[in-house]
Amino acid sequence: MTPRGLRWAGAAAALAVLVIFPQVVTKPFPRHVMITIFLYAMLAQAWNLLAGYCGQISLGHAVFFGTGAYTSTLLAKHAGLSPWGGMLAGAVLAVLLSQCIGYPVFRLRGHYFAIATIAVGEIIGTLMINWDWAGGARGLFVPIKRPDSWINFQFHESKQNYYYISLALLLLALWVTRRVERSRLGYYLRAIREDQDAAASLGIPVAAYKQRAMALSAGLTALGGSFYAQYIFFIDPDSVFPTALSILICLVAVLGGVGTLWGPLVGAAILIPLGEWTRISFGGTGKAVDLLVYGALIMLVSVIQPGGIMALAQRGRRRTG
Amino acid sequence: MSVETLLQGLVGGLLMGFVYALIAAGLSLIFGLMEIVNFAHGEFLMLAMFATFWSWALLKLDPLTSLPLTVGLLFLFGLAVYHGLIRWILGAPMLAQIFATFGLAIFLRAAAQALWGVEFRLVKNPLVDGRLAVGGLFIGLPQLAASLGALAAFGFLHWFITRTETGLALQATAQDRQAASLMGIDTQRMFALGWGIGAACVGAAGALLAMFFYIFPDVGASFALLAYVTVALGGFGNVPATLAAGVVVGVVEVLAGLLIAPAFKYAVVFALYLVVVLWRPQGLFGRY
Repeated sequence: MTPRGLRWAGAAAALAVLVIFPQVVTKPFPRHVMITIFLYAMLAQAWNLLAGYCGQISLGHAVFFGTGAYTSTLLAKHAGLSPWGGMLAGAVLAVLLSQCIGYPVFRLRGHYFAIATIAVGEIIGTLMINWDWAGGARGLFVPIKRPDSWINFQFHESKQNYYYISLALLLLALWVTRRVERSRLGYYLRAIREDQDAAASLGIPVAAYKQRAMALSAGLTALGGSFYAQYIFFIDPDSVFPTALSILICLVAVLGGVGTLWGPLVGAAILIPLGEWTRISFGGTGKAVDLLVYGALIMLVSVIQPGGIMALAQRGRRRTG
Repeated sequence: MSVETLLQGLVGGLLMGFVYALIAAGLSLIFGLMEIVNFAHGEFLMLAMFATFWSWALLKLDPLTSLPLTVGLLFLFGLAVYHGLIRWILGAPMLAQIFATFGLAIFLRAAAQALWGVEFRLVKNPLVDGRLAVGGLFIGLPQLAASLGALAAFGFLHWFITRTETGLALQATAQDRQAASLMGIDTQRMFALGWGIGAACVGAAGALLAMFFYIFPDVGASFALLAYVTVALGGFGNVPATLAAGVVVGVVEVLAGLLIAPAFKYAVVFALYLVVVLWRPQGLFGRY
């Protein structure tokens, strides 16, 4: 088989294993870990589209996650809309919001841009905490509807369907990224990342293309947010809008390798189980050992291989091949 | 709202602004020197506050008495961070630099929580306590002392950078590191010194804040956010400008709290920051 064929066969086999996984493993906890991995891989991939490919380091992506979570929940609560419709509405709203945010902040570069995105995130987080109609600081419960149904996007019996939905979201994010990578958009984004001024001088409408990357990234992130709301059944500004979440999303991508197709998934596959394991082993002691490990790991990766694990793997392959 | 309330707020904002400025000065100095934003700056502040607290709790030292000790400790800590972490990422992409210091921030915060727990602590009965009544306005003495202390530290920093040979070498490195090293300046030493001084500034600020502010592992977070805004508002790398920007941030924060609602005070500061950088992307007094 050609290397290309081999790679496709490998991917198909991996996908088959992932599809069969919940049929074999029925315990809720391993399923929950897998769902969380898929969700964060997907969020990190969405962030990667903007930061990895286009070089715009956003530290405020929780805004779009929260937009997705709140839109679907509020629509379900006040208009009785199915969360699927709410999910779509959330994505549309996040795209619109991203364009409003992008218009001013894309005029900034480097650290100014990164700090501006933190500022935007903090402003919107504060507004949400004080917006009583949307639950304020107390948060919102997703209206519970029994029995399980796909239309209501609620499953109380088992996590199996959530598993498949999150897997589908991840595949969607991977597919979008693949499409972008090979399209004119992808080349333009990478050109902007490498040298914005050179890209502009070659006739690339820099601002417009940054906005497109932002739109894709925000829309995907919002889908993840709606999924989270339906999965957890409770949202509040502290869980879906905090800067800490924005940072975590970036970390997953950075650990795996930014600007690569598989980096975010690799990062999530390592960071999420590690987080769950440290939380269970040391959590509840109030000692924050999990965060100690996290912080040390991040510093280590930044120092040893800033390109993330994907870069390490590629270096290894070059050496052996 | 009465004029008195407004004046009272303005004075409070002004006093706090000097402390913000001192916190931001360290950040700005480090950025100007090597274009790295220290995202663990708030955690440096938190460590300084804990150092002050433990000197008070264990050694019975007043925050003002232990201030030189705290400043010295933070200076050494800054050197250690430079040699242990920053030195290794000098040539790395911006993303790696951001996350190295983010990792440090998470690590330090978790370490503080593991060592000292999450409870809020307060230095009781500091040497300077009570308040001063001036023509109907009340000024907290600890706040006043902190503000004057911050101003003095700021003045010292300015004197050091602009009047001493080492300070000029720092400036030269910030302007052009290659040219500086050709002139015989050891740029590595300057970078390390920059981290030491940057940490010492925030150390002084932490010791002063500890006179009247609660001390807990997450205390640095909100101050750090304000510090980034202050630095960006003044212009990255422009240390004197952070003084003006700090005062602006302090006053705007108080005014927003009084005129709009206390819950929105930070949001208004951040919004102001966004408006300013859109109008002047390099900040009020920055070089781009």
